[in-house]
Amino acid sequence: MYRSLRAAALALGIASAATVPALAQDTVTVGAVEILSGPASGYGIAIKSGLEMAMDEINAAGGVLGGKNLALIVEDSAGNKDQAVNAARKLIGRDKVPLIIGPTLSNEMFAVGPVSNGRKIVTIGTSTTAAGITAMGDYIFRTALPEADVIPVTFKTAKEKLGVKTIAMMYANDDAFAKSGFDSMKAAAEELGFEIATIETFGSKDSDFSAQLTKIKSLNVDAIAVSALVEPVAGILLQARQLGLPETVRFIGGNGSNSPRLGEIAGEAANGLLVGSPWFIAKKDELNQKFVTDFQARYNKAPDQFAAQAYDTMKIVAEAIDRAGSAESDKIREALLATDHTGVMGPFKFTEGRDPASAEGVVVLTMQGGKFEIFE
Amino acid sequence: MLAQQLVNGLVLGATYALFALGLTLMFGVLRVINLTYGFYFSVGALVALWLARSVGLPIWAVVLLGGVAAGLVAVVVDGVLLTRLRRTKAGELPSLMVTLGAVLALYSLSAIWLGTEIQRFPFDFVDSSAFEIGDLRISLVQILIVCVTFALVGLLFVLLHYTRVGLMIRALAENEDTARLMGINVDAIVIVVSFVSGLLGGVGGVLIGLNFNAIQPFMGETMMLRGFAVIIIGGLGDIRGALIAGVLLGMFEVLTASYISSSAKEAVAFGALVLTLWFRPTGLFGRKEVKRA
Repeated sequence: MYRSLRAAALALGIASAATVPALAQDTVTVGAVEILSGPASGYGIAIKSGLEMAMDEINAAGGVLGGKNLALIVEDSAGNKDQAVNAARKLIGRDKVPLIIGPTLSNEMFAVGPVSNGRKIVTIGTSTTAAGITAMGDYIFRTALPEADVIPVTFKTAKEKLGVKTIAMMYANDDAFAKSGFDSMKAAAEELGFEIATIETFGSKDSDFSAQLTKIKSLNVDAIAVSALVEPVAGILLQARQLGLPETVRFIGGNGSNSPRLGEIAGEAANGLLVGSPWFIAKKDELNQKFVTDFQARYNKAPDQFAAQAYDTMKIVAEAIDRAGSAESDKIREALLATDHTGVMGPFKFTEGRDPASAEGVVVLTMQGGKFEIFE
Repeated sequence: MLAQQLVNGLVLGATYALFALGLTLMFGVLRVINLTYGFYFSVGALVALWLARSVGLPIWAVVLLGGVAAGLVAVVVDGVLLTRLRRTKAGELPSLMVTLGAVLALYSLSAIWLGTEIQRFPFDFVDSSAFEIGDLRISLVQILIVCVTFALVGLLFVLLHYTRVGLMIRALAENEDTARLMGINVDAIVIVVSFVSGLLGGVGGVLIGLNFNAIQPFMGETMMLRGFAVIIIGGLGDIRGALIAGVLLGMFEVLTASYISSSAKEAVAFGALVLTLWFRPTGLFGRKEVKRA
């Protein structure tokens, strides 16, 4: 049984190996591993839409490498680390792609990264924001702006436009994501010379925050920074209003607060909350407005941050392939490092560590009546 | 600030007590460690949420019907899972394992069905206004929670000590065989106790869901640990003990968070639990005979 399976696999491998050179004449194929099924499939489907729209635009404008078509194979990881690794192995081994976009989640990337980096295949995360992703190897890139780059922009805006001087900080102390966001917030607060009145913690499944908020209320701070997922943040906002914290005390959120769910749960209680976002649908530049209109026309729904990041990434990849002059992974890697692209997220370059170099494109948003708008 | 913190502690403590009432009754009378109790809490809140959103019923109706629905679920769960074990006198460990398995299955089924995202009652469902005395603020829902908790404690006390059913329940708590020999229909009393416990859990779920505005299938799971602490400190099966222990635990947590550190909240509260058991293994108010109702 095992032997015959292996024979079949071998035969398949030979068959596909035979077809690849024929295809390679006029197309350059890149791979992507995204979550296309299961509860988190919303992210992967948005990313796939962004990638495909960018690919069609590139091909309509003449493709890559002087007239070759760009093609994309998207594999489903279903949000599962093992499946993500298998998908990457399939793309590398059978489809012989020089470059993989994805996977969707940081923990999938931590599983896939060592595999693809070992095979010297460029891997670019478009939505992986955790610390340490690009440290896995020289072939691992990301276009997603880490939270540590977004938070200082939000804090700086709060200082300059609202005159915030003293702040209280809160974070969920049982959640690695919330803790790392808090670390970025604390560093930003110290950098900007804020006076930190108190640091309060809570559990990410808590529903009562009254003790912490009463204490904060008595300290008369200008703003309260909260690092947690959207549910506890919403609970904190609701209870803060219940305890009579005035709306002049601004809440500042991290990446967890950058979700429309916040408005749905907290409603008016979320009014005035500030949060930084790498992208926002209502950004006024021409490039972004064209992207939003085209996306809406093509998919009949509004794009989100993940689609925007994917769209830019595909354009960045195509430009790198052109600069590399061939579809070889090593050459693409070199070319990527010289990226200088202006996309819907704003101007984009890579650092030497293969992370996004600038937070210039970050927009600071504020919640008003349950909806985000650009803070001005 | 102290006055507000005392109010916060009282409300949080009343929440714990409200959750623990049904649990202590179930424990004290039926003498099973029934881990599905937290699920009745979730059922109450979820049914109430559905009734408020889709049917548009007013608050008193959703509290009542949420409680009744949870009570019925409790009767069914107890009947299916525990009747057999009770007949064969299987003891506490099998019931613990059966209900542990069942509650995980029930939570994940409801998560598949309803999703794990937090939901809330419509914004104008309850009057969100609050009384203000100087800096002190108390909302109507908070007053409702404290009042309902005290009222339920009183009602349960009357039910257990001044009615015929209460006498039968207490007899059952004392000894099942003796109760049966005295001509008590044990199966019927078990159903009554399950229903009342589920009802209490369900009402707690609705009110706490209203106060914190965070309803999802796993909300009962997070309350279970506090619930156990309260009934152990208060003494198993002791209604008044549950009330006092709940309020004490809430006060402890809030005062620790405000004057020591919010990170030390659990350490102090559960340290109190350990100390209680060290000095009074039957709980603060438990007497030597643990099986009381």
